Amino acid sequence: MFIISCPFCGEREQSEFKAGGEAHIIRPKQPTELSDDEWAEYLFMRKNIKGVQFERWNHTHGCRKWFNVVRDTSNDEIKAVYKMGEKPPTV
Amino acid sequence: MKKNLRVKTGKMIDETYRISFKFNGRLYYGFKGDTLASALLANNIHLVGRSFKYHRPRGIMTAGSEEPNAIVQLHENSSRTEPNVRATEIEIYEGLEASSQNCWPSVNFDIGGINNFLSPLLPAGFYYKTFMWPASFWEKYEYFIRRSAGLGKSPTKPDPDIYEHRYIHCDVLVIGAGISGVMAAKTAAKKGLKTLLVDEKPNLGGSTIYQNSDHFKINNQNSSSWLEKEINEIKKLENLEIKTRTSVAAFHGYNFLLARENLTDHLPIEQRKGKTRHKLLKIRAKKVINATGSIERPLIFNNNDRPGILLSSAIKKYADYFGVACGEKNIFLTNNDSAYETAISLIQKGINIEAIIDNREEIDSKLVYEVEKNNIKIFKGFTVIDTSGYKRINKVSIKKLSKDGQKVVGSKINLLCDCLGISGGWTPAVHLFTQSGGKLRFREEDQVFIPNTYPLDQISIGACNGDLTLDEILKNAPASLKVFLNLKDIEYENLEILSNTNKSKRNIWLLPSDKVLGKTNSFVDYQNDATAKDIKLALREGFKSIEHVKRYTTTGMGTDQGKLGNMHALGIISETANAKMGELGTTTFRPPYTPLTFGTIVGRNVGEYFDVVRKTPIHDWHLDNNAEFENVGQWKRAWYYPQNNEDMHQAVQRESKAARESVGILDASTLGKIDIQGTDASEFLNRVYTNAWSKLAIGKCRYGLMLNEDGMVYDDGVTTRLSENHYIMTTTTGGAANVMGKLEDYLQTEWPELDVYLTSVTDHFATVSVCGPNSKKIVSEVIPDLDFSDENFPHMSFKNAKIGKINCRVMRISFTGEHSYEINVQANYGKSVWEKCMEAGKDFNITPYGTETMHLLRAEKGFIIVGQDTDATMTPIDLQMDWIVSKKKYDFIGKRSLYRSDTIREDRKQLVGLLTENPNEVLEEGAQIVADINKSPIEMLGHVTSSYYSPNLKKSIALGVVKGGKNMMGQKLIIPMEKKNINVIVADPVFLDKENKRLNA
Repeated sequence: MFIISCPFCGEREQSEFKAGGEAHIIRPKQPTELSDDEWAEYLFMRKNIKGVQFERWNHTHGCRKWFNVVRDTSNDEIKAVYKMGEKPPTV
Repeated sequence: MKKNLRVKTGKMIDETYRISFKFNGRLYYGFKGDTLASALLANNIHLVGRSFKYHRPRGIMTAGSEEPNAIVQLHENSSRTEPNVRATEIEIYEGLEASSQNCWPSVNFDIGGINNFLSPLLPAGFYYKTFMWPASFWEKYEYFIRRSAGLGKSPTKPDPDIYEHRYIHCDVLVIGAGISGVMAAKTAAKKGLKTLLVDEKPNLGGSTIYQNSDHFKINNQNSSSWLEKEINEIKKLENLEIKTRTSVAAFHGYNFLLARENLTDHLPIEQRKGKTRHKLLKIRAKKVINATGSIERPLIFNNNDRPGILLSSAIKKYADYFGVACGEKNIFLTNNDSAYETAISLIQKGINIEAIIDNREEIDSKLVYEVEKNNIKIFKGFTVIDTSGYKRINKVSIKKLSKDGQKVVGSKINLLCDCLGISGGWTPAVHLFTQSGGKLRFREEDQVFIPNTYPLDQISIGACNGDLTLDEILKNAPASLKVFLNLKDIEYENLEILSNTNKSKRNIWLLPSDKVLGKTNSFVDYQNDATAKDIKLALREGFKSIEHVKRYTTTGMGTDQGKLGNMHALGIISETANAKMGELGTTTFRPPYTPLTFGTIVGRNVGEYFDVVRKTPIHDWHLDNNAEFENVGQWKRAWYYPQNNEDMHQAVQRESKAARESVGILDASTLGKIDIQGTDASEFLNRVYTNAWSKLAIGKCRYGLMLNEDGMVYDDGVTTRLSENHYIMTTTTGGAANVMGKLEDYLQTEWPELDVYLTSVTDHFATVSVCGPNSKKIVSEVIPDLDFSDENFPHMSFKNAKIGKINCRVMRISFTGEHSYEINVQANYGKSVWEKCMEAGKDFNITPYGTETMHLLRAEKGFIIVGQDTDATMTPIDLQMDWIVSKKKYDFIGKRSLYRSDTIREDRKQLVGLLTENPNEVLEEGAQIVADINKSPIEMLGHVTSSYYSPNLKKSIALGVVKGGKNMMGQKLIIPMEKKNINVIVADPVFLDKENKRLNA
């Protein structure tokens, strides 16, 4: 179980959080203008990297805020945590 | 043969405190401090159980948690019975009852022993190979396999004990309280760090605490006396918490560890009442110090599993610690100096040693010289090639090893004995280290895996780090601690150490015999009866990966997880396959290190505490009025209210008739409610629902359907516009939390520019739903100040009102198709408003109805239940609800997906009504729907999602999803059931009042 440092609340147990999949997948502004393939790219395609991955997490049993986590999936080390809308750090 | 093998007072035994216990029904005595194993050995009992596959007689082999053989059932047939308990760990208490496992009718005469003689017919993979075909026979085989499989018997009665979970946070966790762990704990605590020291044994000190030999000294004192003083000192340290009988089960990432603290298993049963039995400790440690020690290796030779064959270190512990001799004619087989330490202990206590057989040819060791001085015969360069004695070893046969150690040469010598101590050197206990993500490296010199790299803030010290002798431990552990804890100096730096162990070892993974391998029984995994020839067979059959060989031969898969033999399995594979040990790697050590009881894992979450129970504010009224309850998520909802011994069907028929003919009342408080405010609230609703919301007038209600981005129906409910920028949304009972989460997600991540605030108010309101042709009369009486005329208060509208001083929100909305009202009040007034409605409805036969009737009423009207009539594959179009999908809106969640090539297919499963040819036949929900019964294989078109007998329509009605169902209206389909085929006609899903006359009646 990780310790995640919520950018709003500080260090908390993983059990207070919920993972929300890959980060920085932006919902298309004009979905109606996309082809089936382009829409499917947004809807279904996720990377699932072994290594450094940018993810969304939600502090469900806390402040309920969404934020981003940079995690090495091979050893679960969390490299960085940053708020929604902030620029991803270089790690 | 009854004998007393107690020699001298053991270090940890209180001979003034006698304890009686039963083993296999017979009464025995031991002393306070004994384990079941030491007490049995003191009574000259070695035979404890039978092996798993061949039912070979097996005895006590070790003195710790690595024990593979001596596992017993405690208190058989009682509610406290427990299988697979290691006799070497359980401390005896007055009234202990233990029995052997895996034998019938008794451990002395076991029918299953026949398997031993059949063993040439039962090679590795026997079950896989034999029972694979013909496939249809599996059911027959399975019955017999299941009957003969399994070790102990699981309890059948409820567990009377209490279990707890506890979180512990500390700066430093020290695992293992041997000499390294004690030094570590003292150092950390004295530095001011909050330290926790845990050990699985009842006492501190590991194996050094009973090392009373002039060959091992620290600062000129016996190592045990030195350590005893250290232990007395650490007990006084304020920063240090010490937990004994506490076994670390798992070492996860982020220094999160699970340990089981055993609090009552050593107490007589009558003293356990009201006490917590086990605590599962969830430990968060800033730093972890592994001081888990090492486990002595057995040796692999022909018939190495007889009762009376023990690890040499175990014999030493039984003698020094418990004051028990394991035999009167002891022989040792060793490849290193450890057996001589044991021999010296036995000599001190006057226990007879017949001989020592040492694989090594030449040895220059002070320990060996001392043993030789006592006129004990040492066979150097020899090995054991066979043993005999069915239920207890009585003879070993030995021969000289060839130079390369691959063969035996010369003539055979037979030696009589009643106990054989074996030592194959030591294996560092790296299990927890590797669980944490640590990687091992193989040390060629003495053929051990030791910690190499690791990701967390931890170190390994002492034997578990590969420092296997006293001088190495005392040289390396303090140095490591100094760096790890960032100290300027450490008190153990200048110790004067005497340690006479010679480190030489002659490692031969599989000792040769004069017989061919196929004729030998050289056990590698004792518990699972995996032998050296099984492993070689697996390699011959093409298994290469160590993980595959493990599963094929079941090596290391018992309750002991192969703590003894895994290294030998690797060694044999490495030699046979000509691969380097370091490159082969090890199998994965998985948690728990030693088995945990289910009680420990679930803790207090049993019975009524299994899960959170949510009750509505009107719950007590339902209880008082004989309601049966249904679980909906965590909610308890009134299901139906049986009267005069009605069954559910009868109650539901009565309730639903009353609701249609006069008036019914439902507790709808569990529906999810989300308060939505902000200047962009209307725009927000436009984006999350499929229909348009901008034009909804203040005071009006609208039904909405929410999709996932993939176009599939996610939730539904009625939302009311309370004022310009204020809405209240209702969700399904089960979907409330998820809908809230989803809305928050979109607001925070996709549309942060929207000025919208969400608050979950589900628990803040109680909702009383009054429905039926007489509903208006009831609510008019309860809320006399409100104008209920259709002009003022039409269907799908909302009013603020007061019941006395209580504020309420009244919605005229309907989930049943009847004229109905929902009264929402502050939760604590819910019951009184409900009772007021009951009072007002007395003359109209107002009938409380539960969820079952609600489901029936809405099905008559063709209203869907999300999650029952839909799964995550139904679009609104599939539900024939095209009317609710806005064509004008540019976007909403899921819109684009509604015209993907897959979602526009005409032959998708679509929701339809189903009417049975026989109106009295009620379909089973979940039943398959087909068109052509003669086609093979039969094409399954869909399934029944909702089905009821409608008392109002006097016929059976059902909803179902059918491929291309939209275009099948009036077509005949078949529901094939076990005993008959039921004919149905595809119908409109709205069975009652399609014109909505009743809503406005």
